[in-house]
Amino acid sequence: MPPVTDLEAPVVGGACEAGVNFADALTAGEAEIARIMQICNACRYCEGFCAVFPAMTRRLEFNKADTHYLANLCHNCGSCLYACQYAPPHEFAVNVPQAMARVRVRTYQDYTWPLAFGRLYERAGLTVALALSGGLALFMILAIAMNGRLIHEPLAGDFYVIFPHNFLALLFGVVFLFAMLALAVGVVKFWREVSPTRDGNLADIKAAAQARVPAVAEAVTDVARLRYLGGGHGDGCNEGDDAFTLWRRRFHHFTLYGFLLCFAATCVATLYHYLWNLYAPYGFSSAPVILGSLGGIGLIIGPIGLLWLNLKRDALRADVKQNAMDRGFIMLLLLVSATGFALLLLRDTRFMALWLAIHLGTVMALFLTLPYGKFAHGIFRSAALLKFNIEKRMPNRLGLGGE
Amino acid sequence: MATTLFMPDVLVIGGGNAALCSALMAREAGASVLMLESAPKEWRGGNSMHVRNLRCMHEEPQDVLVEAYPEEEYWQDLLKVTGGLTDEPLARMVIRHSSRCRPWMRKHGVHFQPPLSGALHVARTNAFFMGGGKALVNAYYRSAEALGVEIRYDSPVKSLELKDGEFVAAITESGERITAKSCVLGCGGFESNLEWQREAWGQNERGEWTAENFLIRGTRFNQGVLLKFMIDAGADTIGDPTQAHCVAIDARAPLYDGGICTRIDCVSLGVVVNREAKRFYDEGEDFWPKRYAIWGRLVAQQPGQTAWSIIDQKAIGRFMPPVFDGTKANTLEELAVKIGVDPATFMDTLNAYNAACQPGIFDHTALDDCRTDGVTPAKTHWARVIDTAPFYAYPLKPGITFTYLGMKTDATGACRFNEVPSTNLFAAGEMVAGNVLGKGYTAGVGMSIGTAFGRIAGVNAAASTGHRHPTFHEELSYAAGH
Ligand SMILES: Cc1cc2nc3c(=O)[nH]c(=O)nc-3n(C[C@H](O)[C@H](O)[C@H](O)COP(=O)(O)OP(=O)(O)OC[C@H]3O[C@@H](n4cnc5c(N)ncnc54)[C@H](O)[C@@H]3O)c2cc1C
Ligand code: HEM
Ligand code: SF4
Ligand code: SF4
Repeated sequence: MPPVTDLEAPVVGGACEAGVNFADALTAGEAEIARIMQICNACRYCEGFCAVFPAMTRRLEFNKADTHYLANLCHNCGSCLYACQYAPPHEFAVNVPQAMARVRVRTYQDYTWPLAFGRLYERAGLTVALALSGGLALFMILAIAMNGRLIHEPLAGDFYVIFPHNFLALLFGVVFLFAMLALAVGVVKFWREVSPTRDGNLADIKAAAQARVPAVAEAVTDVARLRYLGGGHGDGCNEGDDAFTLWRRRFHHFTLYGFLLCFAATCVATLYHYLWNLYAPYGFSSAPVILGSLGGIGLIIGPIGLLWLNLKRDALRADVKQNAMDRGFIMLLLLVSATGFALLLLRDTRFMALWLAIHLGTVMALFLTLPYGKFAHGIFRSAALLKFNIEKRMPNRLGLGGE
Repeated sequence: MATTLFMPDVLVIGGGNAALCSALMAREAGASVLMLESAPKEWRGGNSMHVRNLRCMHEEPQDVLVEAYPEEEYWQDLLKVTGGLTDEPLARMVIRHSSRCRPWMRKHGVHFQPPLSGALHVARTNAFFMGGGKALVNAYYRSAEALGVEIRYDSPVKSLELKDGEFVAAITESGERITAKSCVLGCGGFESNLEWQREAWGQNERGEWTAENFLIRGTRFNQGVLLKFMIDAGADTIGDPTQAHCVAIDARAPLYDGGICTRIDCVSLGVVVNREAKRFYDEGEDFWPKRYAIWGRLVAQQPGQTAWSIIDQKAIGRFMPPVFDGTKANTLEELAVKIGVDPATFMDTLNAYNAACQPGIFDHTALDDCRTDGVTPAKTHWARVIDTAPFYAYPLKPGITFTYLGMKTDATGACRFNEVPSTNLFAAGEMVAGNVLGKGYTAGVGMSIGTAFGRIAGVNAAASTGHRHPTFHEELSYAAGH
């Protein structure tokens, strides 16, 4: 069983001999997952590490939808690569995380909305760079057009002298809603394909309906605690070698919760503005500033840590083509928080307009690329975990005997 | 010849479970330790990197182990599989050791988990390693490095320098002479040595060299070099040199390191025919986990040392999925043609079998009442007519797990010359397994033996250089029954 090398070409038949009709033809990357899963399914040593293997044992063959589901269930923790008796240089060349990573990014593309934008993933570095320069240019030009200059007499931190509040709210509101819409359409398309009740079997539909509430609760905790970056035993995942570390999970927590806090800060500020007519700038001890600062700290520590880990990660298990997407997203998060802090510090000086334009430009770049970059992983992974938690509560159709 | 200047207290030869246990214990005792592993780093760990569980005695539920598996029951199981070819005091020491060694294993990074799906029948007796043997070996190597054990890969040892039964130095293949105050041999059996296997199994009445068609389930590095050296040097040995643990596996498995995934679990759900398209043994004698070792030998006796497991659609989904796809056909004739056996004989065999199947209630989780009547050999359980397309064939060959020949030893793990134990040369793991397991096998006992003797040999090798292990004595005196 040689590894599949050309990842773009479709392979008819794939690793399972069952008659595959052309509509279901696996790409080489998907066929590689099917091939590897067939080996793992006969071995199963890694069952304790994560959700991928228990999901695998419910199947005997792996079709296109299965490979998409499993690819997004994998957290690329690395445990099953270092533990694998069939990893390269063994001729079976089993490398689960790499095969999963390659298909995972393809699923983001395949389910992108609008579909044509899927190509942006292929040039993820360029996408981020373009969005960033576009965002920066936009706000610089707007600032000059609206105020005539970027450097000015101190304005006591009043952003809305530079950009009127309603203008900002409208601009970001529209972009953000579009991003959410695009992500939602994408994940709905994904869910339709991998849905546990896709076969329309009545017993399945009933079982799935019963499973829904506990499954959602468990999926939420799996996401919130990043359970599967714990390696099954709680010692964490792998980075450069077979040693375990919890730092990836910790840095991700900083990042994710930092992001959520910043998001909360914006929501609270919006409420202040429209509900209670409290207008920015808010004091250092106000809720939006505290939330934003805490979030910002998270979004500085988290991305720096993730970048550090990303740079020293074992290339054997990564899809190096995705480095640009991963690192681009990390850098963008870092820029958003760093420019946010710079703005907080400089808001009473002559440079407020300049930093406001820079910060808003980076935030705009982040929003624009949310549906067309690494951010998609959070949405797709959450969906895959939800499916896993529903499916595992449904009866298993296989009745394998003794061993 | 270059002699290495650094002279370790303990030299450990090998790089699998037994060697690692020795090295860790000797280092814990304060001895300086050098380990020589014949394999390069990416292939380190010998057969131990293919294992999945450890058979453990326990009086009550213990983390991943349910219910109880008392000493006596374990001993009876061992007695049964070995047919008495065992040494009771040593066996009981290994058994008792298995009940207390896991905290130490955990301390060095080994993680346990409940049984894998499809292996629930050993939930009571066996503790599974999370991620399998390679994860275990990785954990031990990390711990050994952290403790300051010096590890050299790509370092096969060719011979030893002995003086009156005492270890003086090891000579590597590259000609380096490495002296040490004591030595532990943890370098496995001779299963990977095809030449030796060929000799051991000999020529059959058809003139075939049986072992030429064997596959080795584990590492390619257990060439038995030091086993042979020790035999030639006059060390006391144990175990039948012509015997090996041999199971039926997929004939398409690689020559080495096919490991666990190449097993074929559908034998009891169908029939097995040889190259002459004839059945040759009761496929439904007992549950497959209890029979797969017998089938290795049975297949070895067939012409060309090959056979095919034949099933129909009804069996799909009822056995652990195989790693290779079966040959698939819509009729039995077509299947015969595809696998290259005579279609006429094949059809006679299958028709005779099908006609002999008696009505019954099929239940592959129990010894059911589906059996044949009037066909030889009979199939005594799970006999169902093979009539539902598509049909599948899986080719079988004998796969060697390990050999039984080893060094005679005692409760200290010392090698012996003319019944006199060496004071500084010890052996562990597969090299001494024959003392406890003279023949047969039961899941997880290899690791029980290797872990017990590995730790004991390491402690005693360190002790012979004046380094006493700080804590092991209590564990050992319990294991030794004092
Ligand atoms: C596929 C498979 C599955 C198994 N599953 C289980 C299981 O689940 N549970 C169980 O208890 N047992 C199992 N066994 C048996 C088990 O593997 C052995 O009992 C155990 O691993 C023996 O350990 P060891 O350290 O003695 O030998 P090994 O792990 O084989 O180590 C021998 C080491 O010595 C090195 N070496 C050899 N010659 C030299 C030399 N001349 N110089 C230097 N180094 C040398 C080798 O490279 C290797 O690292 C299995 C065996 C196989 C093949
Ligand atoms: C606001 C939401 C999120 C943000 C900002 C975020 C951010 C990031 C970043 C920056 C990385 C680093 C890329 C790298 O590995 O180098 C990352 C990786 C990762 N994230 Fe998230 N994430 C979010 C949500 C989620 C969610 C909901 C999950 C669900 C389980 C998740 C799981 C992971 C995992 C497993 C990785 C590492 C594996 C990989 O390379 O893809 N993330 N995330
Ligand atoms: S990754 Fe390797 S060791 Fe783990 S289940 Fe798959 S084949 Fe087995
Ligand atoms: S890399 Fe980690 S998460 Fe992915 S399949 Fe392997 S063990 Fe599971």
